[in-house]
Amino acid sequence: MTSAENLQAFKREGRIVVVGASLAGLRAAEALRGAGFTGSLTMIGDEMGEPYDRPPLSKQVLTGWVPAENTKLPRRREIDAQWLLGVPASGLDLAGNHVRLADGREVPFDRVLISTGVRARPWFVESEAALDGVFVVRTREHAEALRRALAAGPSRVLVIGAGFTGSEIASVCREREIPVTVAELAPAPLVGALGAMIGDVAADMQRAHGVDLRCGVKVTRLEGDAQGRLRRAHFDDGSTIDTDVAVVALGGIRNTEWLQGSGLAAGVWGIACDTGCRALDLNGLITDDVFVAGDVARCPNPIYEYRLISLEHWANAVEQAEVAAHNMVSGQADRWPHLSIPLFWSIQFGVNIKSVGVPTFADEVVVTQGSVPDRRFVAAYGYRGRVTAAVSFNNAKWLDHYRQLIETAAPFPPPCPTPDQPADMKPVPVDFPGPTLLAQGATVVVTGHDPSERRVTAAHQHR
Amino acid sequence: MTTTETPDTLRRILDYSSRADPYPLYAELRKTPVARQEDGSYVISTYREITDILHDPHLSSDIRNLSHPTAGAEEQTTPAFINLDPPEHDRLRRMAMRHFGPPHTPGLVTGMEPALSSIVGGLIDDFAGKEQIDLVDDFAYPFPVTVICHLLGVPREDEPRFHLWVNDIIDSIDYNPKTDPKEKLDNGIQARKDLRQYIGGLVEQRHGRPGDDLLSRLANDDGPDGRMTDEEIVATANLLLIAGHETTVNLITNGMLTLLRHPQVLQRLREQPDLVVPLTEELLRYEPPVHIIPWRAAYSDITVADTVIPKGSQIMLMLASGSRDPNRFHDPDRFDPDRRDNQHLGFGSGIHLCFGGPLARRETQIALTELVRRVDRPRLVADPPQYRRSPVLRGPIHLHIEQNGN
Amino acid sequence: MRVVVDLSRCEGYAQCAFLAPDAFRMHGEEALMYDPNPDDARRDQVLRAAAACPVQAILVDQLEGRDAPAEASPS
Repeated sequence: MTSAENLQAFKREGRIVVVGASLAGLRAAEALRGAGFTGSLTMIGDEMGEPYDRPPLSKQVLTGWVPAENTKLPRRREIDAQWLLGVPASGLDLAGNHVRLADGREVPFDRVLISTGVRARPWFVESEAALDGVFVVRTREHAEALRRALAAGPSRVLVIGAGFTGSEIASVCREREIPVTVAELAPAPLVGALGAMIGDVAADMQRAHGVDLRCGVKVTRLEGDAQGRLRRAHFDDGSTIDTDVAVVALGGIRNTEWLQGSGLAAGVWGIACDTGCRALDLNGLITDDVFVAGDVARCPNPIYEYRLISLEHWANAVEQAEVAAHNMVSGQADRWPHLSIPLFWSIQFGVNIKSVGVPTFADEVVVTQGSVPDRRFVAAYGYRGRVTAAVSFNNAKWLDHYRQLIETAAPFPPPCPTPDQPADMKPVPVDFPGPTLLAQGATVVVTGHDPSERRVTAAHQHR
Repeated sequence: MTTTETPDTLRRILDYSSRADPYPLYAELRKTPVARQEDGSYVISTYREITDILHDPHLSSDIRNLSHPTAGAEEQTTPAFINLDPPEHDRLRRMAMRHFGPPHTPGLVTGMEPALSSIVGGLIDDFAGKEQIDLVDDFAYPFPVTVICHLLGVPREDEPRFHLWVNDIIDSIDYNPKTDPKEKLDNGIQARKDLRQYIGGLVEQRHGRPGDDLLSRLANDDGPDGRMTDEEIVATANLLLIAGHETTVNLITNGMLTLLRHPQVLQRLREQPDLVVPLTEELLRYEPPVHIIPWRAAYSDITVADTVIPKGSQIMLMLASGSRDPNRFHDPDRFDPDRRDNQHLGFGSGIHLCFGGPLARRETQIALTELVRRVDRPRLVADPPQYRRSPVLRGPIHLHIEQNGN
Repeated sequence: MRVVVDLSRCEGYAQCAFLAPDAFRMHGEEALMYDPNPDDARRDQVLRAAAACPVQAILVDQLEGRDAPAEASPS
């Protein structure tokens, strides 16, 4: 048989397994059917119920407007799949072409898509995490539990971590007129994603809305009462606050542990893949039948010097799902690359924050349009004299222009004035805490000194 | 690519003889997406380039940034937000939006729907007993005018007065000093003066008398941006009055004309009224009410499609051509109400996106649904109909329709 | 009915919030908040809102509740 005949036979009666039944998994399944795949399709997911959308969980759901169970994703077409829900995958056998489930079942495949996403990073002391009143927000159940706690009128909420999710939760608390303390180890909110200049703007914004923002501090202990209810939080500067709700918003952990021993290049930063979303093995070889999409993928982008980039972005999950699905049922001459420029948004304190590009891939930043004090502006990010990202606060209609600047490696700072340019337009160092570039902390390292013993090992780092 | 091959094409587009069907000329124009004209101005006619430049912060809507202000330029007055750049544009548009739409007044347009239906119903009632109607004079003009007068708080009975001013203003928009009599420009300038004075009088009356209409609200509001000056209110109200007049009338008339040219679509709409929603979007692409943004200015050098447009240049954007660009839309010259990928330029794009778009959509949707439902066996008397002069706001001046199957 | 808005495409034109104000709300000048499961009674409004989006960012369910997982099998 020719490869074209093989492909046709596979599209007709092949077996595709999708591990991870959330946004990326669902969109990939729809795209597979849309591309004419009529074989068997199996969706494996550790959560019960239909795929749902996560961004509303930290916004519409927590404000009490939308019930958590009302976030099921709309469907674009029937996918006619077998759903194996409520049980996580526990292993991938590339020699035997099957996925192992935690309950011992084995699910055979011809091609597999891995879209297992991210889970919430729990509070580091298990007994404290178990206190009544300590929450994370990643799943529907999490959001519903926190919504109930907020509706009960807590005396004060402590948000641990001022990244996007933590800041959004603080915003909801203020909207509901609940006193809120935000504790952040970095010098400002959002600073790890957007740098010090935007971090200062975010800090001012939080304080202007009545948030008790404490930066450069670490929560050392969550203290409960005899009934196991959260009562107090201790900081490393010796201070304490009384609180009955703490939200741990310390980011996510990529669900890749189940791939240990599979031979894939999987680690804490995700699963390395090529721009066609085909997974790489530990030796850097591209696999034929294993594809990756969504938060768990780690994909190179030529605009960012072909560095592998892991993104927890909604649009990235959707786009990678489309690309992976297309490539799963296409011959090599028809494959698509995933090369789009990252897009991100966050809604907090009545402001629409959007970014295009990779702000952490930058050494300088400059406000190019609008007014920082009014919280209506665009800031461009530059790396060695070219534009690599932009962030807008309530100025999203301009952002598409900056996408073009990024795509064309336009000079930084942008040389031509605009009508709405701030008078003191001067680039400042972008000033990220910790590693500047995303690719630091790579999980695939070459080891071995004896030429006869050359081998490659995945280094499982812990952040 | 920049060439100067197209001035003739543009001249032919602007010439009245091509008003009935400018689309083949747009296709000719698109061969040069960014075309420099002999006078140093630029014409942009392709979808990608139009959307790019409408999102380019170096593009200015302020006439003061043209190195050679056009002959159509007004004498010094307070411009409306359509002719301003951020941050002034944003502030004035925000202050006007406070009383028209979200986030401050979100339910206004949906709240007007019963009134829109009732006006439409009344106008169609008046068709009774007529063998022939003029869709423009009998329907498409009085409907949006009644709505905008009500919304602004302009007495409907003054319409005959400001109708003449608005006509002269519209006529002067595409004034060409080489071919047009100076009178056309002078009439436009005088009409603007008269209209400003008229609206100014209404604003003065509104001070200290809060009411539900937009003029009263603007005259008495102290929102987060403060209060508009009287000059700003007059400029804003002028803009909304003219736009409320001159665009929806074209959209409805173009819509009915297009339906009469596509009887099978008309029949479908009669059977499935919901079709009007995608159909209106397709109309905005296929026969939009605004064909051209006559001028914008390059605030700094602007690069579009590898062409550098120098600072101060005048730029003309051919929106209706962009919406027919085969590189963006499949089979663009086909009227297809089932079209899925339809990100048209009917209301522009970027920060100047049509202020009244949602109202225009609902007016058109209600109007077309009811016309199709109630007018019995409508037939065009003449095709093409006679068009208005303007190549910018393009539409029939009259649309005679026979009804009742005689 | 189910709805999702691709907020990375959304530029805050607010057309949806004009046309279906119960389902789409502006949070400040530009940020859109929406009900991902608006009441079926609002269906006409929501479809109008989706059609009017200048960046075509609103996806409305095509299946109306069909194609739910046929067999949810807990371990």
